[in-house]
Amino acid sequence: MNASVSAVQARGLVKRFGDLRAVDGIDLDVPRGMIFAILGPNGAGKTTLMRMLATLLHPDDGAARVMGHDLTTAPDKVRAEIAMTGQFASLDEDLTGRENLVMLAKLWGFRGAAARDRADLLLATFDLADAATKQVKDYSGGMRRRLDIAASLVVTPGVLFLDEPTTGLDPVARKSVWSMIRQLAGSGVTILLTTQYMDEADQLAARIAVIDHGKKIAEGTPRELKVATGSGFLHVAVADPARLDEAAALLEAKLGGSVQRNPEGGTLAIVAKTPHDANAALGALIDAGIELADFSMGSPSLEEVFFALTGKAKP
Amino acid sequence: MNSLTQVSRPPAPSALSNALVFGWRAVLKFKHVPEQLFDLVMTPIMFTLLFTFVFGGALAGSPGNYLQVFLPGILVQTVMFNSVYSGMGLSTDLGKGLFDRFRSLPIWSLSPFAGLMVGDVLRHLIAGGIILTIGLILGYRPEAGVFGVLGAFAMLLTIGFGTGWIFIVLGLLIRTPMTVMTIGFTFMFPLIFASNIMVDPATMPGWLRAFVNVNPVSLMTSAMRGLMAGTATWDQIGVALIAPTGITLVLAPLTIWLYRRH
Repeated sequence: MNASVSAVQARGLVKRFGDLRAVDGIDLDVPRGMIFAILGPNGAGKTTLMRMLATLLHPDDGAARVMGHDLTTAPDKVRAEIAMTGQFASLDEDLTGRENLVMLAKLWGFRGAAARDRADLLLATFDLADAATKQVKDYSGGMRRRLDIAASLVVTPGVLFLDEPTTGLDPVARKSVWSMIRQLAGSGVTILLTTQYMDEADQLAARIAVIDHGKKIAEGTPRELKVATGSGFLHVAVADPARLDEAAALLEAKLGGSVQRNPEGGTLAIVAKTPHDANAALGALIDAGIELADFSMGSPSLEEVFFALTGKAKP
Repeated sequence: MNSLTQVSRPPAPSALSNALVFGWRAVLKFKHVPEQLFDLVMTPIMFTLLFTFVFGGALAGSPGNYLQVFLPGILVQTVMFNSVYSGMGLSTDLGKGLFDRFRSLPIWSLSPFAGLMVGDVLRHLIAGGIILTIGLILGYRPEAGVFGVLGAFAMLLTIGFGTGWIFIVLGLLIRTPMTVMTIGFTFMFPLIFASNIMVDPATMPGWLRAFVNVNPVSLMTSAMRGLMAGTATWDQIGVALIAPTGITLVLAPLTIWLYRRH
């Protein structure tokens, strides 16, 4: 196998469900050893795309190669190179964590003691040794996700598919999953993950493909995506939520363009072309007697990037 | 993490080895889901005792006489009801995404079903063994002796194998395990009660008797009685096998198609 071949290479992938084109002609090139994120809101087609690449769904059109093997003509060769951790922990809840891993190790061809050793090493690496003999139904969300990822590493896959690896996890569990993903990538595993969290893609991925309505609407490094959206972003948090509309109107009048709102946090964001413009806009707010809890000038967050690309509020 | 990922892959296992792993999983389920085992053990004990002592006198003159006719029938009934577990398990696995993992592994694609079959066979043997033991304690005598009983159990497993496909198909189609059970039982109850398992069809109204006489459950029950009493004819065995064979021929390919389509 040629090392220069992409880990994943897709051309014009299409999947229809009835009239809905869930995936509508997507091209993808994921280089080996990279963490690549597919970012999009719920229903954008992320999971469908990933399920096609993991041989779980037949594409209606287009073609893809995973680790050099064609998805439709050599699905077994693809399966030998991949592992997939689905959105919902794909584990047997009745069995213990160890039994789940031993079962998978045996399915991969480890025998007897070798299967048990492999399971124990996985449990130790994912900090689950203490829970090894507990039934999975008694695991916390974070433990379950770790076991689920461990289950994908019984043999080291060429590509690891992670479908929304941290959805539903608390911040601590989330950080620990992130750190495991980074370590895995560090040991040479290509990781393709889907996420609806901007910060997750920003934190983990070297490249991001933004997907909406089954189409890829942008792709690049996190930095490239931010630069493409516009230079500076002025963020302000208004102390009195009742004056949010007034503040938004003032900012739009001073800076042009439209304000993005996050009403829960009482924050507003808008493109400011120069520091001078930003200064003038802040001055206008102060002159109007609108008290600011916080303000900052910086590059746009990925959330704002997404808004700029899709014209929709956060996914 | 580096020591974890530097693992050499073992050679690919055989299809049989894959199937045995799923069989092992079915055995583990017995250990971890004791409710299921309780159900599996208590239900046949309860049914056998209740029917024998409550209805026996009225239906056959004495519990002892009734047991001689009823025991092969309760075996059929129990195996048919117990086939629900595979379908429910399948529905749970599909709902939880577990089958997505299995399907993304380079294994023989039907091995998970082979595992379900192993679980079924174990359940049928446990339940059948319990019923036979109680029967023997209460005075049931299989006149055909050990070989008759072995033949009857082979027939019993065939019946369970056939019925199992119905629930496997339901399990593949329905995402909630309880619905699999409800729908399955809705079909199963009339078939089992409108048969010759519990009551002699001669006492039934003509229209019902006509159905009962051709009901596959009756045909299978008659063959079971014949095998255990040593009076079975090849014709009797042949007609009893029509339903399990027919179901397998139709539903096994449908199962594969549904599984691949998922």
